[in-house]
Amino acid sequence: METSPLMPDILFYIGPVPISRAVATTWALMAFMAVFLLAALRRPAHDAGPVQAALEIVVLAIVKQLREILDRDPWPFLPLLGSLFLFLCLANLAAVVPGATPPTGHIETPAALALIVFLSVHYFGVRVRGAGPYLRHYLEPNPFLLPLNVLSELTRIFSLMIRLFGNMMSHEFVIAIVVFLAGLLVPIPFLLLGILIGIIQAYIFTVLATVYIAAAVGAVEA
Amino acid sequence: MNYVEIVSIIGAVIAVSFGAIMPAYSEGRAVAAAMEAIARQPEAAGTLSRTLFVGLAMIETMAIYCLVIALLLLYANPFVG
Repeated sequence: METSPLMPDILFYIGPVPISRAVATTWALMAFMAVFLLAALRRPAHDAGPVQAALEIVVLAIVKQLREILDRDPWPFLPLLGSLFLFLCLANLAAVVPGATPPTGHIETPAALALIVFLSVHYFGVRVRGAGPYLRHYLEPNPFLLPLNVLSELTRIFSLMIRLFGNMMSHEFVIAIVVFLAGLLVPIPFLLLGILIGIIQAYIFTVLATVYIAAAVGAVEA
Repeated sequence: MNYVEIVSIIGAVIAVSFGAIMPAYSEGRAVAAAMEAIARQPEAAGTLSRTLFVGLAMIETMAIYCLVIALLLLYANPFVG
């Protein structure tokens, strides 16, 4: 409770570069995902084994959700949004492993993810609609609304970042306070709630990123 | 403890407590409306719950802004040394 939740806790230094706990956890998650997926899909078979079948179910479930939101072929958007969702699920559930804290509970990881979403919204918008029509949608419905349109681009990305950070960080806070007040076994229901919150926040982050991209490519109004 | 720190703590308490009132009320109304809609049309439950989650996230953002302001006041106050 004495340390600020806004400050990173530094684990070690590589040369002059400080490596925080969140960055180390992120690297571990990325290595786990890469190694696990490469090992599981080294020889993809037509008659899928149990691991490959489970992964295909996950991918097809994500594709079905994306198709409903985007209202078009979701496969070009799947590499970004699918890996965003899987990474966020693993990152939010990192607290299940003893000693690990969710990297999304520190401001830098949500900030990086929100920046990726911000840049890819414009990338997909320009690529799908072309630069001219994409930039013209800032002038709709009226050119006087240009400052508000630009402002809403920035604030919605900011709120995307703050929402993920605030939910994960405040949950860690609640558990710390309950341990401090009540003792050892009392916070177990809160830990169960934390699993639910982590998956819901991963889902919400991905759905909102999808909605922003869908608005940029012209599928929905947002 | 000087005045700035005392006022900051009071400001953080007020931000969280008053900032939680309206988001809680409106989340309750949103969930109630979604429940009613699902009870009327169970086949639309998928679309409704997805829209409900996104809407709840939007509403919840207001409460989280208040939380962030409170944390800034407590831990990163620009007016304390």
